[in-house]
Amino acid sequence: MSIVKSVTCPICGCLCDDIELTVENNEVVKVKNGCAICESKFIGYRGEHRIKTPLMRKNGKLVPVSMNEAVHAAAEVLANSTYPILYGWSSTSSEAQRVGVELTEEVGGIMDNTAVVCHGPSILGVQEVGIPTCTLGQIRHRADLIIYWGCDPWSAHPRHLERYTSFTEGRFEKSEWKAYMQKLKAQAGQKKMQSAMRIESGRTQLRPQTCSIPGMPQTMSKDGRKLIVIDVRKTMSAEMADYYIQVEPNKDYELMQALRVLVRDGELDVDKVAGVPVEYLKQVADALVNCEFGVIFFGMGLTQTAGKFRNVEVAISLVRDLNMRTKFSIMPMRGHFNVTGANVVSAWQTGYPYGVDFSLGYPRYNPGETTCMDVLLREENDASLVIAADPGANFPKKAIENMVKHPLIVIDPHMNATSMLGDIVFPSAFVGIEVEGTAYRMDHVPLPLKKVVEPPKGILSDEEILTKILAQVKLIKSKKTAKKAEA
Amino acid sequence: MVEQKLKVTLLTGRTIEQGVGKEKGKASKEYFDACSMCYMDADDMKKLGVKNNTNILVSTPDGSVVLKAVKYPRSATPGLIYVPYGPWANAVCSDKTTSIGMPSFKGTPAEVEPAPNKQVLTIEELLKSEFGR
Amino acid sequence: MVELLIKNGFVFDPINGINGEKMDIAIKNGKIVEKVTRKAQLIDATGLTVMPGGVDIHTHIAGGEVNTGRIVRPEDHVKDVVSKTATTRSGTGYSIPSTFVTGYRYSKMGYTTVMNPSMAPLEAKHTHEELNDIPLLDKASYPLIGDWWFVLEYLRKGDLEGCARHVAWMMDITKGYAIKIVNPGGLESWGFGHNVHSIDDQVPNFCITPREIIVGLAKVNKMLNLPHSIHLHTNNLGLPGNYVTTLETMKALESVPYEGRPVGHITHLQFSSFGGDGWGNMKSAAEEISSYINAHNHMTFDMGQVIFTDTTTMTADGPFEFTLYQLSGHKWVNSDVETETSGGIIPFHYKKNNAVNATQWSIGLELALLIKDPWKMFMTTDHPNGGPFFAYPRILAWLMSKKAREATLKKCHKKAQKKSLLPSIDRELSLYELAIMTRAGQAKALGLKNKGHLGVGADADIAIYNINPETTDIARKYKSVRRAFKHAAYTIKDGQIVVKDGEVVGNVSGRTMWLDVQTAEPCRIDDEMRNKFKEYWTVEYDNYPVTDHYVKVKDPIIVKASV
Ligand code: SF4
Ligand SMILES: [Zn+2]
Repeated sequence: MSIVKSVTCPICGCLCDDIELTVENNEVVKVKNGCAICESKFIGYRGEHRIKTPLMRKNGKLVPVSMNEAVHAAAEVLANSTYPILYGWSSTSSEAQRVGVELTEEVGGIMDNTAVVCHGPSILGVQEVGIPTCTLGQIRHRADLIIYWGCDPWSAHPRHLERYTSFTEGRFEKSEWKAYMQKLKAQAGQKKMQSAMRIESGRTQLRPQTCSIPGMPQTMSKDGRKLIVIDVRKTMSAEMADYYIQVEPNKDYELMQALRVLVRDGELDVDKVAGVPVEYLKQVADALVNCEFGVIFFGMGLTQTAGKFRNVEVAISLVRDLNMRTKFSIMPMRGHFNVTGANVVSAWQTGYPYGVDFSLGYPRYNPGETTCMDVLLREENDASLVIAADPGANFPKKAIENMVKHPLIVIDPHMNATSMLGDIVFPSAFVGIEVEGTAYRMDHVPLPLKKVVEPPKGILSDEEILTKILAQVKLIKSKKTAKKAEA
Repeated sequence: MVEQKLKVTLLTGRTIEQGVGKEKGKASKEYFDACSMCYMDADDMKKLGVKNNTNILVSTPDGSVVLKAVKYPRSATPGLIYVPYGPWANAVCSDKTTSIGMPSFKGTPAEVEPAPNKQVLTIEELLKSEFGR
Repeated sequence: MVELLIKNGFVFDPINGINGEKMDIAIKNGKIVEKVTRKAQLIDATGLTVMPGGVDIHTHIAGGEVNTGRIVRPEDHVKDVVSKTATTRSGTGYSIPSTFVTGYRYSKMGYTTVMNPSMAPLEAKHTHEELNDIPLLDKASYPLIGDWWFVLEYLRKGDLEGCARHVAWMMDITKGYAIKIVNPGGLESWGFGHNVHSIDDQVPNFCITPREIIVGLAKVNKMLNLPHSIHLHTNNLGLPGNYVTTLETMKALESVPYEGRPVGHITHLQFSSFGGDGWGNMKSAAEEISSYINAHNHMTFDMGQVIFTDTTTMTADGPFEFTLYQLSGHKWVNSDVETETSGGIIPFHYKKNNAVNATQWSIGLELALLIKDPWKMFMTTDHPNGGPFFAYPRILAWLMSKKAREATLKKCHKKAQKKSLLPSIDRELSLYELAIMTRAGQAKALGLKNKGHLGVGADADIAIYNINPETTDIARKYKSVRRAFKHAAYTIKDGQIVVKDGEVVGNVSGRTMWLDVQTAEPCRIDDEMRNKFKEYWTVEYDNYPVTDHYVKVKDPIIVKASV
């Protein structure tokens, strides 16, 4: 039995690196410090859904084949295609992503990562107006106002609050954990009292102490860090907030513009914006302007609703405005543990963060044209390689219909929706459990991923599989050019 | 009065159960339970005469899918339904990228109707029915 | 191993006092040697100029800040694309080229060593990952530590030794090469949106002044015997009237004993030599700055020359970029790094018809020409801040030819023309002086013993240019010289031909250099330090260092410290 400390959790963009694993007989048996998702992965990853050998579709069924056969077949597919899509990349190491860019360049395809369906619009927004941001520790040390807009850290980034924002101790700001626990207790006490009074007075309804108008604040003034959650529905995170603002679906843009007006000391001549009373918005605007260091974290509540990248652009513009008054940052809540790395690696090698088209021999970037979703919907693809992502489960139906019309190569440790649909399937080792590597946290801080156990026999890493395919593609192509030269 | 069909706005997104399930494996029971469901507003459910944990049919111009209706526990969200990310949600999401590469996963208009006699498909059945594989 | 013989070129090797003599250079196993066998491959350099490979002391080519610049500026790349060839990878330019293109373009100009001057320690792994993808060049990076909380706290306590040990530790675990200080105290203040405005302002919450940081770290630098001096971006950079701060900074450093080796390097001096007291009357202070420098020997400098083009400014000086944002309203990136530093990016178009921009252009050249000793002042653009590095040949032409300067000045804003000192300066630099400003001087200031010269034992990093100094009137034929520097006839890296006739023909990875500073008593990583680490950063101690995994070709330089 051994204990491995400071393990980086290879799941979400929080990239918590304080996980402690107990390893016994090449198996993780205990997980310390991680959240529920983290435990599920470290304990459950080796379950029955693991792919054990390379597979190829023969007579409509996926059957086991040798590594060699699969590599040759995959290389043939890619070398002979004219516009392949190489998609995914978010749940693998930056080392594998580097090989991926070279492979895509070699075959003249499209290199796209899952940002396209999560924070691609955020990148577009950033390309319009830039982004005032910081690393997460800066928030831990300094932020006295924390806003989650269109995201639910409690569900998607469970330790975000505890490690980086409201519930962490910083040099200049203290944790709000105790205060929150007290609030919970007080509320529980209140509820007990209310039910006691109900019984006593025989009345069924009693006006609760806190304001019940939807979207009205639970606590309007307090010391220490303030937490605001803005969402279309009351999430778990919203329950913890000091202020919760319920915005009408698809109206974040209006709400943000209204706040911009107020922050710039303008007037609004309506009573409500996006379902929120202006009177209340004024108080929120005051809180924004009067903080020492504020931050907005935003999620797909902005990028996937009406307005998409315009929502992000206006959110950043709000933060630009606020920087004229105080210090303010903004950060996208990146989902997959290394989707940031996929953007980072793609950018340093090509200049562009996603949706890079190599079909002309040099990198081209035009989201909406060179992004894989659009290529799929226009039916221009003639082959795909999917790695470290599951578009089969996450892409709209029509896109997948077109993907499976052409050869589909899948590299993944698990039998997921995409591997079930694949033609050539490579099992790979888990990055951050069975192979080491590097990942980029949502704030672009790089962290090492550890190898804590050996991969199953014969299972290679993403990087190794890609390198093999790349070598084989180069071989096929050099043979082709030699033939041409002969002729 | 009980209505036949209800017009709603469809949101998709993460839940912690979906997160736990996806790490367990996409063919796992956890993933199925977490993703083949649909959060609804309690009053909306009443209007449709749908009981907690019974099946409904969600339809959009892009398709339809059978899901298990679950009452949203935390706040009133009239006119909203919420389906965790996954193949079930994608069966009905809009694929319009409005020329920026991103489909519309949130805020799609949809219709809900009770479907007590219809089955929720497993992931294998769903893929088979959609893509023939 | 390959042997090479470069025959009969005009050799400019200032470190060895060789000024255009016709001679042969022999190469074996990547080093310059006395002689080679007859089997050596011959390069006929008759009628050509031979110099050590170019050295760039300050160029932002890799890391978080640079890459964010790439991400936010697709419009920068779309006008400058590079196709894949049989030997080279594809990529994009322009002001923030992708990694491969960066390597190719430097190499095409005869450069072989470049220093990446700005690395947030927390993000050092990223910098090194990118450096691995920059081919054909040797590289190193300077960690940003002027506002690092440990430094501020040790210096406040007056514990120079404690500070020195931690700086040594930082060099080692970030795989860094020199102490980089940017707007000292200003970056910590910027954490809450403030700044410092003179070297004697107090840094909020830390009871220390920029002066104490600068002088303290210069002393630490000495105690550690680091090969380069502190590398300093001054307070108030880019603001009218800042030359006063610059003079005070240089004077403050007089208190550090000189002992024959510079105690400080002020980088991109142009940005720190503004006169006037507002943008309306902003003017050159090159006269004041250069006369101080000509009278003192304790420091070195680089130009930070402005090029008239669309470029991208990026610096750890977050508050300065915020000022540019307020001026321009352009897209703006701010990126503060916990416990260490900050950063910012603003796209910027330097225009001839803008009085301030044109004055900045003039200041850079005035400084380079008024500072008499070329061993003190080196050629840079602070790429990409003053302009992209591939514009270097244009700067060389301006330095070597009054005619070239006049041709550009003529097109500048009238106000800038009137104020410019350039018409009064007749100096035209020789190839020898140029070799000092672009390689020999830079290598010497960096303490790179095997670079910047062609003596026996030096690295065989060599540039050969299509210039015949006997027959070319450089000052008049500046355009042909410009062309020659843009496309080296040959670039030789580690004894291998990597560029021929301005095209990349070879592939060498290039090494990453860093300092392995050995202190008598190493920095103790005890529980207290570990706890402090947990308090200060959001990553675990074990995950902070740049391990060997992150360096493709390793070249550690051992430094014996005197503490
Ligand atoms: S919050 Fe994210 S990174 Fe941290 S333990 Fe949970 S899943 Fe892992
Ligand atoms: Zn610089």
